[in-house]
Amino acid sequence: MIIIEPHIRQLLVEDAVNTFPDECCGFFFGREETDGTRVIIDILVVDNSKQGDKKRRFEISPLDYMTAEQHALDHDWTLLGVYHSHPKHPAIPSEHDRVAAQPYFSYVIVSVMDKDATIENGGITLRSWLLNEEQQFEEEKIIDYQFT
Amino acid sequence: MATVIIPTPLRKFTNNTARLAVSAGTIQDTVNEITLNFPDLKKHLLDESGNIRSYVNIFVGNDDIRNLQQEKTTVKEDTVISIVPAIAGGAPEPPSSGKASSDAPQPSSSGAAPLFTKEELARYDRHIIIPGFGMEAQQKLKAAKVLVIGSGGLGSPVLLYLAAAGVGTIGIVDFDVVDDSNLQRQVLFGVNEIGKPKVEAAKRRLEALNPYIQLRIYNTHINSQNALDILRDYDVIADGTDNFPTRYLVNDASVLLGKPNVYASIFQFEGQVSVFNYKDAQGNPGPNYRDLYPSPPPPGLVPSCAEGGVLGVLPGIIGSLQALEVIKVITGVGDTLSGRFYIFDALNFESRTFNIKRREDNPINGKNPTITALIDYEQFCGMRAVEEKSMKEITAKELYDLQVKGEKFQLIDVREPHEYDIVNIGAELIPLGTILDNTDAIAGRIDTDKKVIIHCKMGGRSAKAIRALEEKFKFTNLYNLKGGILSYIDEVQPELTKY
Repeated sequence: MIIIEPHIRQLLVEDAVNTFPDECCGFFFGREETDGTRVIIDILVVDNSKQGDKKRRFEISPLDYMTAEQHALDHDWTLLGVYHSHPKHPAIPSEHDRVAAQPYFSYVIVSVMDKDATIENGGITLRSWLLNEEQQFEEEKIIDYQFT
Repeated sequence: MATVIIPTPLRKFTNNTARLAVSAGTIQDTVNEITLNFPDLKKHLLDESGNIRSYVNIFVGNDDIRNLQQEKTTVKEDTVISIVPAIAGGAPEPPSSGKASSDAPQPSSSGAAPLFTKEELARYDRHIIIPGFGMEAQQKLKAAKVLVIGSGGLGSPVLLYLAAAGVGTIGIVDFDVVDDSNLQRQVLFGVNEIGKPKVEAAKRRLEALNPYIQLRIYNTHINSQNALDILRDYDVIADGTDNFPTRYLVNDASVLLGKPNVYASIFQFEGQVSVFNYKDAQGNPGPNYRDLYPSPPPPGLVPSCAEGGVLGVLPGIIGSLQALEVIKVITGVGDTLSGRFYIFDALNFESRTFNIKRREDNPINGKNPTITALIDYEQFCGMRAVEEKSMKEITAKELYDLQVKGEKFQLIDVREPHEYDIVNIGAELIPLGTILDNTDAIAGRIDTDKKVIIHCKMGGRSAKAIRALEEKFKFTNLYNLKGGILSYIDEVQPELTKY
């Protein structure tokens, strides 16, 4: 499972809404407990460097990736994964996501149905996914820290 | 010692070590060293042939080794090498593009540019050195998957140039076998391939031309049942078919799957080219075939090349333009013909380019789409309905039986005089044009008290003649020779000249 505290969740939602109708993307950092639970401490928003159709695709430039790794080293955090949004689509990984996915990383997807969507009105959902050994995504339960 | 920074996802293969010290040398030496020390890294960094995987980027300092000397890039004592996985993805295809496409992978989404061997770099040098094209465009060609539908007149130059240009994966769909009459324009084939399936002959020819690409062949009729499955895997479709039902089918399947369709067609001395359903930078699709031609022409009005003929060099010109547009669509270099329609008139050496726009009433992606899945295109183009509409037919065998029995009938050939000169079966020659222009006068020459059998080359023009005559004069004794003179030659008199 993965713990996304409310203020982190707010940052993810803001990026997804501000970037709508394009896809947003970025990294998140934190630590992994001995039982495998991941705790997100910070996020890094990066540009969607996809040439062309940013409404349905995202791509992170290698230099941004290197910055993220360095950011993790500088703070002694672990680079836990990548988030991106699915404008007008559910927070379920697409085949595009799966073929390009890395092992170990959590993939948090923020579904944004429209510009005025909020978590409260049901227009925004967050789900997290992790590759298994067969290179297929399995859902990783998101825990809202407030309620644990 | 130089340093390799291992990305977080791969650290579980390096005992959670982020930085590995390696000896100086080249990037190839570095890769060899770390995969020797940490064998589990191998399958993540290298493909089956031992080349660095396309979705793994290797940086020396802040420079991608693709922009340096690739695997031969020098690694010095103080070099910092970063292994950078490609991070990309995206939402499924939009709902308008149909459910079937939702899982379609697009290689372009992986974000990783493929690497070239030194042989490939040498091969594509004249592309790579073009300013504004360069390595980037060449990499896009290698990553691209193009489906060429039809490997005949248009397909031949399209396939030859796309294969030569280094399009990484090319699919070829054709059901036909090579015929001697194809060789006048289908430059992919030679006399040794006559009688062989076109896709197989094409594959062999293209493999000999470019061993660095993948070829996939589909020796089948493309139809409403298999089209989506065949097209789904490709990034760009090139339609080089020769009939209306297939053009509408390819158009609709491309729109449903959200793929650009580079279209070309030829007839006699005229060629047409356009790029359909091409998404602009904002993701808005351009016009498609149905915006240009909302409905198909009545059956028989526009003859096929087999019926009407085509100047052999024309598909060479038009197919090359089609290949050009495919390359532009893949690489993003230049402005494509999306939203424009190009016509070349070889007789007068004139070309014209028209602007075309999307129509709100387009049934597949207009305001209120009514087509959400592939339909029966034969029926849509009126082929089936016409056949069912009581046109009497006679087969070559049946005609032969009449001849043998000595039964009285009138035989009319509606082809052109020069065709008649090549081969005829003793029919009275009244070209179709004469019948259509002077139906009244011609009607008097047609018997009403016995069977009248009308033929052309393959059966299309004679059907049209019969319809015109029946409509105006209510004939009930007209028979269309099924398959035309070609089928008569095949079945009755094989010694005659085929053309």
